[in-house]
Amino acid sequence: MYNLLFFITLIAVGYLAGTFAERYHYRSIHLREKMFINLPAVTMKTVDYPDDKIKSAELVYGSAVISIDYFKRFTASLRNIFGGTVKSYESLIDRARREALLRMKEMAGDSRMIVNVRIETSTIGRNANKKGVGCLEAIAYGTALTLA
Amino acid sequence: MIITNIETVPGKNIVEHFGLVSGSTIRAKHVGRDIMAGLKNLVGGELKGYTQLLQESRQQALDRMVDQARQLGANAIVNVRFSTSSVAQGAAELYVYGTAVRIE
Repeated sequence: MYNLLFFITLIAVGYLAGTFAERYHYRSIHLREKMFINLPAVTMKTVDYPDDKIKSAELVYGSAVISIDYFKRFTASLRNIFGGTVKSYESLIDRARREALLRMKEMAGDSRMIVNVRIETSTIGRNANKKGVGCLEAIAYGTALTLA
Repeated sequence: MIITNIETVPGKNIVEHFGLVSGSTIRAKHVGRDIMAGLKNLVGGELKGYTQLLQESRQQALDRMVDQARQLGANAIVNVRFSTSSVAQGAAELYVYGTAVRIE
């Protein structure tokens, strides 16, 4: 009985805090994405600028580790039984990658654009993932070009 | 040291190639951080301790690669790639590699 109560409390806390945290995070992501709207990050290796116009090129990177709440992990484990799209994890992946990209752009400073952007994911929080995916680490990196 | 992840350094000519240089590191956080991350997993959100861990490992791996390149007499590293893997619980392994070159 107490176990069930504990479980329900965990789910409730996870749902409330998780929803709040996600909404807060997305608001901050949208705000910063608007701020960096003039700094394109592309996966192309070359750009149309003539070489002598490019003043400098340097490696920029950013990373983020995001986890999802207990409630979403629970619904994802239910989804595992029936199969189909696991929506709970979509926001997790989206948040981690966008946050990593934004941190990369923050590092780029007054560069004109970032070329050859790559996104990597890794797993360091395995002990936190006993029930499948729990958190996701994303690294974004690219070359920031500054124009003369 | 100029580091890029494209094949060239724009606006500069590569005069000499030194071959592959790489740096890797495996770092772990103390147990307290792991417990905090476990708790944070309940409510979701960013795991700051792990983000920091990742940043430190990446910086160290980069430093090692730059040291190696400097010993070879290079002044730039092109085509840099990051690679990650997990060898142990709560530890981050980061591998960074690229081609050391000398530019004009």
